[in-house]
Amino acid sequence: MMQIKNIHAKIGDNDILKGVNLTLEAGKVHVIMGPNGAGKSTLTKAIVGHYDVKVTEGEVIYKGKDILKMPPEERALEGIFLSFQNPVEVAGVNNAYFLRTALNAKEKYHNQKETNAAEFLKLMKVHVEQLGMNTDMIARGLNDGFSGGEKKRNEILQMEILQPDVIILDEIDSGLDIDALKAVSEGINRMKDGKKTFLVITHYRRILDYIHPDYIHVLQDGKIVKTGGPELVDILESQGYHALQKDT
Amino acid sequence: MATEKVDKIVSQEYQLGFSVDVIADTLPPGLSESVIAMICAKKNEPQWMYDLRVKAFHKWETMKEPHWAHIHYPPIDYQAISYFSAPKKAPNSLDEVDENILAAYAKLGIPLEEQKMLQGIAVDAVFDSVSVKTTYSETLKEKGIIFCSISEAISDYPEMIQEYLFSVVPSTDNYFAALNAAVFTDGTFVYIPKGVRCPMELSTYFRINAKNTGQFERTLIIADEGSYVSYNEGCSAPQRDENQLHAAVVELIIKKDAQIKYSTIQNWYPGDENGKGGIYNFVTKRALCDGENSKVSWTQVETGSAITWKYPSCILKGDNSVGEFYSVAITSKHQQADTGTKMIHIGKNTRSTIISKGISAMRGENSYRGLVKILPKADKARNFSQCDSLLIGSDCGAHTFPYLESQNPSAQIEHEATTSKINDEQLFYLRQRGISEENAVSMIVHGFCKEVFAQLPMEFAVEAKELLNLTLEGSVG
Ligand SMILES: Nc1ncnc2c1ncn2[C@@H]1O[C@H](COP(=O)(O)OP(=O)(O)OP(=O)(O)O)[C@@H](O)[C@H]1O
Ligand SMILES: [Mg+2]
Repeated sequence: MMQIKNIHAKIGDNDILKGVNLTLEAGKVHVIMGPNGAGKSTLTKAIVGHYDVKVTEGEVIYKGKDILKMPPEERALEGIFLSFQNPVEVAGVNNAYFLRTALNAKEKYHNQKETNAAEFLKLMKVHVEQLGMNTDMIARGLNDGFSGGEKKRNEILQMEILQPDVIILDEIDSGLDIDALKAVSEGINRMKDGKKTFLVITHYRRILDYIHPDYIHVLQDGKIVKTGGPELVDILESQGYHALQKDT
Repeated sequence: MATEKVDKIVSQEYQLGFSVDVIADTLPPGLSESVIAMICAKKNEPQWMYDLRVKAFHKWETMKEPHWAHIHYPPIDYQAISYFSAPKKAPNSLDEVDENILAAYAKLGIPLEEQKMLQGIAVDAVFDSVSVKTTYSETLKEKGIIFCSISEAISDYPEMIQEYLFSVVPSTDNYFAALNAAVFTDGTFVYIPKGVRCPMELSTYFRINAKNTGQFERTLIIADEGSYVSYNEGCSAPQRDENQLHAAVVELIIKKDAQIKYSTIQNWYPGDENGKGGIYNFVTKRALCDGENSKVSWTQVETGSAITWKYPSCILKGDNSVGEFYSVAITSKHQQADTGTKMIHIGKNTRSTIISKGISAMRGENSYRGLVKILPKADKARNFSQCDSLLIGSDCGAHTFPYLESQNPSAQIEHEATTSKINDEQLFYLRQRGISEENAVSMIVHGFCKEVFAQLPMEFAVEAKELLNLTLEGSVG
């Protein structure tokens, strides 16, 4: 589905990614774990084309093309979605209006009929209820004054409406209460259709118990240092990342 | 960084910069008593009008151009400007209006021909110094509404003009108002009789076409007891290298239980990206809420002009009268705007609301200047002011100058101000959801302005949004 090949990247003058190799398989859930500051978020930003990250070497092949040459909106329209670790607030831009604009942009790009306002509201209502969101949040400014957990649910709402193919979730579980974690995980599980790929970044096992990952990758000091199955989580939980370092 | 591209987006070319060839009757540059006499003669004005003009002119000669505003421009040579330019033939009917003028208005989206007239909107078309056509005048007359050019009003309704003209903005009020009083050439006159709700939107479209001329129009609107009118003005000018002066005056008189809603979409030529050319817009607008429960709302969307100097004001004299000011001012390139309002609370329980949204991009400088004054008898007066600034890029500026004078301890005054920046992180977030950079900027800016747009009559809200999009549109580099 997506091949990340030998990615080296800088933020400012600092080398953060030092040769990341990772193949994301269609229909699978990949998880990246790793210590704070290892470069996990930097990797997600490199994939979506964030301006802070300068890729100096390597390529990301998706649908037969190196996406690193595409502007961010084109990558998004091609089906790559990033749920941000810290979603930004955009006061004044109505949440529902924003989401419909994004959906219509995608439909237009793929020569599909654009969802009209009435259809959209219906669609939105279904998802909002499923996620247990407060309905007044869709009428508010985008993430404007949302709590940490509300922002995360709003990211999942966007994911469900936009139906992307490569879904990157950067610490979607951080700061969620028990019910929210469950709602968010169910949202993720609803998206699984055997074709979509998930790249989930987390520090905790709780969410993994819900979403059943296929692969666990450990990213440390700008490189993937280990890949394994779900059992790897147990080793990490009991021994920490230090143990791995000795291994490798 | 992404904001550099935003600059390109906001520096979109001016769309209305064309000019048309019209055989014009233009006075040579210069200002003197004899020029005023010539203007009066061309317009067949009565002696009393001439006397008022000359009085204003002499006062003006003793006054100094004000320089307290946060704007900078080279000295204006008032003797280098022509004070009158009119299409050669004064048209008696539309058939006589120069084809090129009709074409110019059509291009601006304002067809004047009978068959094509805009539905539900009566238009007074002012071309350089004269009104060339007023539509639906006859229909309105059936309700007793007067909607005509101010020149016509001076000859047809002299009593009303003598009573009300200069009654809200005296001929010697300020430098530019005095200049206007001396040389104003045309503008719109509206009278809404007692208890009448004007059945259509009234509007004036000001177009500067001639070179080296100034435009000095004067608008007077009287809403008699219990009446209502929604009035709109729009304007544009050709793209020229030299600066042109526009010094207008608007006076509104609102009687007991009456209401005027006054909306402006100002799109004068703003000058080029090096700051060359553009209109200098020095305007005095003032409303007198004379009677109890009277109400005035000023809504303005200021996108054009090299310089904007404008403070639509409300004198809240009647008890329980209400004044509102909603403003969006956008400055990009080298545009400078110093705009705001004055709310003068005289009567009891008077209320005022100020919502000002300033957007600065590129090297634009945007200042809000507002005065809230509560006089001793204005018991329980209330004011709410909110002034928000949005910065796009780092070479532009936003400034807020709120002045407050309260002489009544029972007054309640609230002021809120915010300054925000369109930041790269927000733009990136929207782009990651598949929204182009151009649309992302436009969404943020529209979101910022929406409280003000909500105040515009529907037809004009659409126009304002499109105008904003044009200002924001452009190729993303
Ligand atoms: N904008 C920035 N400017 C300077 N340094 C940055 C910037 N963004 C990230 N970094 C640095 O890059 C390194 C990698 O950061 P990154 O956010 O990718 O870590 P992470 O693995 O996601 O960590 P965490 O688990 O804490 O989220 C860190 O040392 C961080 O300080
Ligand atoms: Mg991170």
